[in-house]
Amino acid sequence: MDEKRDDLHSSIHATHPVVGTELTFGSVTDKISAIVLKRKTPIGWFIGFAVSFALFQLMMLAIVKLVFVGIGEWGVNIPVGWGMDILNFVWWIGIGHAGTLISAILLLLRQKWRTSINRFAEAMTLFAVAQAGMYPIMHLGRPWLAYWLFPYPNTMGIWPQFRSPLMWDVFAVSTYATVSALFWFVGLIPDFATLRDRANSKPFRMIYGMLAMGWRGSARHWHRYEMAYLLLAGLATPLVLSVHTIVSFDFAVGIIPGWHATIFPPYFVAGAIYAGFAMVLLLTIPLRKIYGLESFITMRHMNNMAKVMLATGLIVFYGYMIEAFFGWYSGNQYERFMIWNRMHGPYGHYYWALIFCNGFTPQLLWFKKIRANLLWLWLISVVVSIGMWLERFVIVVTSLHRDFLPSSWGMYKPSQWDWAMYIGTIGFFFALLFLFIRFLPMISIFEMRTILPEAEVEE
Amino acid sequence: MKGKRHPKLYGVMAQFDNPSALVAAARQTYEAGYRQINGYSPFPIEELSEAIGFRRTALPLIVLIGGIIGGLGGFFMQYWMEVIDYPINVGGKPFNSWPAFIPITFECTVLVAAFSAVLGMLALNKLPQPYHPVFNAPNFALATRDSFFLVIESKDPKFDHDEAVRFLRTLEPREVNDVEL
Repeated sequence: MDEKRDDLHSSIHATHPVVGTELTFGSVTDKISAIVLKRKTPIGWFIGFAVSFALFQLMMLAIVKLVFVGIGEWGVNIPVGWGMDILNFVWWIGIGHAGTLISAILLLLRQKWRTSINRFAEAMTLFAVAQAGMYPIMHLGRPWLAYWLFPYPNTMGIWPQFRSPLMWDVFAVSTYATVSALFWFVGLIPDFATLRDRANSKPFRMIYGMLAMGWRGSARHWHRYEMAYLLLAGLATPLVLSVHTIVSFDFAVGIIPGWHATIFPPYFVAGAIYAGFAMVLLLTIPLRKIYGLESFITMRHMNNMAKVMLATGLIVFYGYMIEAFFGWYSGNQYERFMIWNRMHGPYGHYYWALIFCNGFTPQLLWFKKIRANLLWLWLISVVVSIGMWLERFVIVVTSLHRDFLPSSWGMYKPSQWDWAMYIGTIGFFFALLFLFIRFLPMISIFEMRTILPEAEVEE
Repeated sequence: MKGKRHPKLYGVMAQFDNPSALVAAARQTYEAGYRQINGYSPFPIEELSEAIGFRRTALPLIVLIGGIIGGLGGFFMQYWMEVIDYPINVGGKPFNSWPAFIPITFECTVLVAAFSAVLGMLALNKLPQPYHPVFNAPNFALATRDSFFLVIESKDPKFDHDEAVRFLRTLEPREVNDVEL
């Protein structure tokens, strides 16, 4: 039985290897570093960067307008005091979580296939968190006073209110951004050394040299380095779970029907991973094609990511069902009304679109043929990304717009500046990603060397 | 013996083509009695640090201490601010509402521990270090590509230039070179 299993296992590995069999230490190094150092930048890069940079300017415009006018330019008002700002915040930070999952949790689980996508996914995390962080700061109305959120000794003699989930959020998100940046930078140090030793022009050699900090691949250094990397992974794992848990506390600690639910933390974390893997697929499918990275990011990766998406998608869908069940089982008229209103109220079509995107669409991933078809995977990822945006819209808006008193009911409509800000952050995100692809190795070179067959030490 | 010492020499370096050869060579060098030896490779090789006799690092302890400082610091920062310095009654909750302080305590623990891991690793490795003699060695740029190096340092009590070169040649390296200071 065991032998049979092994056979099955090795045949899967033979047909879908983690890394192309033709690669060597030298060719891995040259292929990945050439994207940064030698290969001509594809014309598509310039077009993509120009478009995303233009959209980034739209965000700047929206922020300038916001600073002059105040948050009145947004669609938020009583009763919906939290609109696009919080839902985009949660959307972006959720996307970021797949990066940490891939780099930290899969490292601890010794999943070798993570190696060729972790660098890229970590970059995605960092840039997504940067977008997320912008929303609460802009929502302050006076963003230049954002430092008031931190407990620093001040002339007013007062301190922040630490019993509030919003305060927990400040610490969670800033810690998450900092630790993600540290993790990413530490992972890059040996690759900076590789680029330093390969670069042809002096300025590049100097810049990469400074970033590499004199890394020379000493065995003693590697030993401590591996230890530091492992410990960081061990720290980042509970951290990433805590971050989205705390984000969900922003809602769950409140008493609003539709928010006040114990299912929120696990359901938010699963949703974050689900959205994040969708974004990784969305980005890597075109990228590996354009840069010819098929032997690094193989069909095995696509298949595995699709499976993670399916698993977390099922948890998310379970969350939707449980929310509805809670509403009914509570026997509380406000809870029941909230669920009824969510399904059949003025925003009902958002709810059913959400069920289509996150309940129905991921079921396609049960089929092997679909998991092996890149076009299908890409389309599903787009639908999932939209679905996760709808989820946050449904949670934020439908819970708020009809609360306990019918006299205070209202509707929410995002203004053009809400959309400008949202589209602008997408532009900013992509502009950062384009710069990353151009100037840093998007696949971890030294980790790719470790998974080659020739890296095995024969005694 | 003294006349044979090379004050201007960091050590002698042998170059190998694959990790197995480097690990085997490092083991033999260690068994031959050399202690101030080091390997250089393009990726981490678990067996290599063992082979050169380097097993323990203080890093986990540093991270543990960092985590404890972060956790206690995070909790007592909130305690001091909310209970001692400026107590405010929020919704009738006790001033020391410790369960509400746990999320921030946790985040501070992770933050300080992560900084300890990164800064501790860099400090123990003595990085950043822009200049190091091994960069003078020929072909050493390949240490970040596909070549593997073993160095016997001149500060080794057993070090004798000609003897070390002769010994390294017996390990079937691709090349043996002097590393100047």
